[in-house]
Amino acid sequence: MIIALLSDIHGNFGALNACLKHASESGAGRYAFLGDLVGYGAEPREVIETVAGYAAGGAVAVKGNHDEAVAKTPSYMNEAVRAVADWTRETLSGDAKSFLASLPLCVREEDMCFVHASAAAPERWEYIDSPSAAQRSIDAAGAAYTFSGHVHEQELYFEGARDRITVFQPTRGSAVPVRRHRRWLALVGSVGQPRDRNPAAAYALFDSERSEITFHRVPYDHLAAARKIRQAGLPASIAYRVENGI
Amino acid sequence: MDDSIAVGTEIDGFRLEERIHTGAMGHIFRVTGPDAGFPMIMKVPRLGSGESGESLISFETETMILPVLSGPHVPRFVAAGDLTKTPYLVTEWIEGESLERALARGSLATAEVARIGSAIADALHSLHVGDTIHLDLKPDNVILKPTGEVALVDFGLAYHAHFPDLLAEEERFAAGSAPYISPEQVLGTRSDPRSDIFSLGAVLYEMATGELPFGVPATMAGMRDRLWRDPVPPRVRSPGVPPWLQEIILRCLEPRAEDRYQSAALVAFDLRNPDQVGLTARAEKSGQAGFLEHVRRWWRSRHERAAPRRTPNAQVAVTPVIMVAIDTTHPEDERQPALQRATAQALSLSPDFRLICVSVIPGGPGGGATSEAASPSGIYLDHLVRLRHWVEPLRLPARRLSLHVVEAASPEKTLLEFARRNNVDLIMVGAPHPAQQALAWWRSVASGVTANAHCSVHVVRVPGRAA
Repeated sequence: MIIALLSDIHGNFGALNACLKHASESGAGRYAFLGDLVGYGAEPREVIETVAGYAAGGAVAVKGNHDEAVAKTPSYMNEAVRAVADWTRETLSGDAKSFLASLPLCVREEDMCFVHASAAAPERWEYIDSPSAAQRSIDAAGAAYTFSGHVHEQELYFEGARDRITVFQPTRGSAVPVRRHRRWLALVGSVGQPRDRNPAAAYALFDSERSEITFHRVPYDHLAAARKIRQAGLPASIAYRVENGI
Repeated sequence: MDDSIAVGTEIDGFRLEERIHTGAMGHIFRVTGPDAGFPMIMKVPRLGSGESGESLISFETETMILPVLSGPHVPRFVAAGDLTKTPYLVTEWIEGESLERALARGSLATAEVARIGSAIADALHSLHVGDTIHLDLKPDNVILKPTGEVALVDFGLAYHAHFPDLLAEEERFAAGSAPYISPEQVLGTRSDPRSDIFSLGAVLYEMATGELPFGVPATMAGMRDRLWRDPVPPRVRSPGVPPWLQEIILRCLEPRAEDRYQSAALVAFDLRNPDQVGLTARAEKSGQAGFLEHVRRWWRSRHERAAPRRTPNAQVAVTPVIMVAIDTTHPEDERQPALQRATAQALSLSPDFRLICVSVIPGGPGGGATSEAASPSGIYLDHLVRLRHWVEPLRLPARRLSLHVVEAASPEKTLLEFARRNNVDLIMVGAPHPAQQALAWWRSVASGVTANAHCSVHVVRVPGRAA
């Protein structure tokens, strides 16, 4: 079974569609949405509608901090992000908001754990930005595979020699063997707001039978996505980030 | 697990026929089974009680990397068993003698050192282009094939840029074989293809002198010595070693990776073209550095740290080999300046290139004479002078440049063969000229080379002159 791992869509419907099309053409049979469906982008309604459709069909969907912020804007978010959260709250229907509120923080299935940030304390939205942070999440997940987002980068943490956690920068499009007897934590990158100066959408495909993960970048019309952000009256700084992938 | 493995056992359809090797890492059997069209062997790691997990990590590394490698320089992958249940690896059995066995009969003649050395360098280059580093090059892992090529075996310590490095944190074990490993490997760096070039230097040294450049150090401190100590020059140990070979060996063995050859293709080239080797003080060195110099280097080595990260392929890409085909029979042709300009532009893109200038002049059937002495006619020198004149305005240092006049009946075939043999990355060739329709061979050269080259071809046209 090939599972598409999509995270940090951030209301970017064009990027989501491009990844879904790429995944389906690559033989994906299941989908997992790793949180932050909204925030930043101008099409949260369309994104939620699509993800809710997949979830009804059995897809995994977990909650991200931006999804939580729709119910109550937390104090740590900066002005632009708060503005988007407020706008999103007004834009979304009651159904959409209750879909976001209903999302679990973490889903465990067989030897896989799906969580937006860290499995160690999902509600604290800790960033996996070091081997020790990855170690905590892997230990708490208790699974061979932990799939996460939140950090808008594609990285693969793994248990190497002497059980030490090491980080690996994947080559896009190149299948990486991830054998089950080791523990792995994949940061799948951001569909809707990549930050590595490459505006192309990021996601990953996990092939559970072959025990392989492949990280992908999918180009889409990011200029149109930025235009929609401006047209919606959202902060220009956010449109600029989508345009430049920063 | 060890006990259950015996000749006659069948594992996943493969029948163990004969145990051909038992080492620290496990056993190797000849096997028969589903017909792959070539003889096969099976590696089975040691898993008995008391065995550490290290041999398994190296085994896992090999089963990960081998399936993505291809070509005549590596054994073909056939099958691998589930690591947690029945770990095994079935690959092609490569016919031939190991270099280790060949060396047991003593050191080799210079021509043999150059021939085998360049074949090993070719094999390393094809690995590096494929983003792989062997990291355990030693005579035991080099198989001399009857074709004259070599194959490299045992990828248990290898590194592939597309895969997580399972051995990254394993300083003690991942170090490789003490007599051959590079200084940076001693320090724990596993991502620099120039490490293989250092090991190649140690293998060349051994082939030429019958001795190891750094002995067989048994301790970490002994291994660190190579960060600052230089080996006894090969010519001191073996006076028959020519200066050009000493130059090549000592350049491979430079402690700092940036002072070595920057790609294995360049080593192969020099080994095949002894008269083109740019000799430096290394060639005539007759002793090791003095006490003060050693102290200086030792002090510097204490601060030596890991090299910058760059994938093997990217490392090779900064040292391109560019071949330009120059028609010295028509020195006044208006395309010559255009070809010169294009060559200068191509060279300006990389600080560390090698330029090969080739002129193919009409010659006897089959042709192929490349040296003055072997030339059947006296025109060789004349064309060499014209080549030198052509390249002179580019003002290139001698060590970046080599000139070749080849007499041959088919320029196209000769150029293609020359490019392939020298691992050329880019061929520059003039486009056919509209006014030269009569010179059919020239037209066929540009189009034939473009169609059949193993690498990129830059066809240079005079602006505004359509073919």
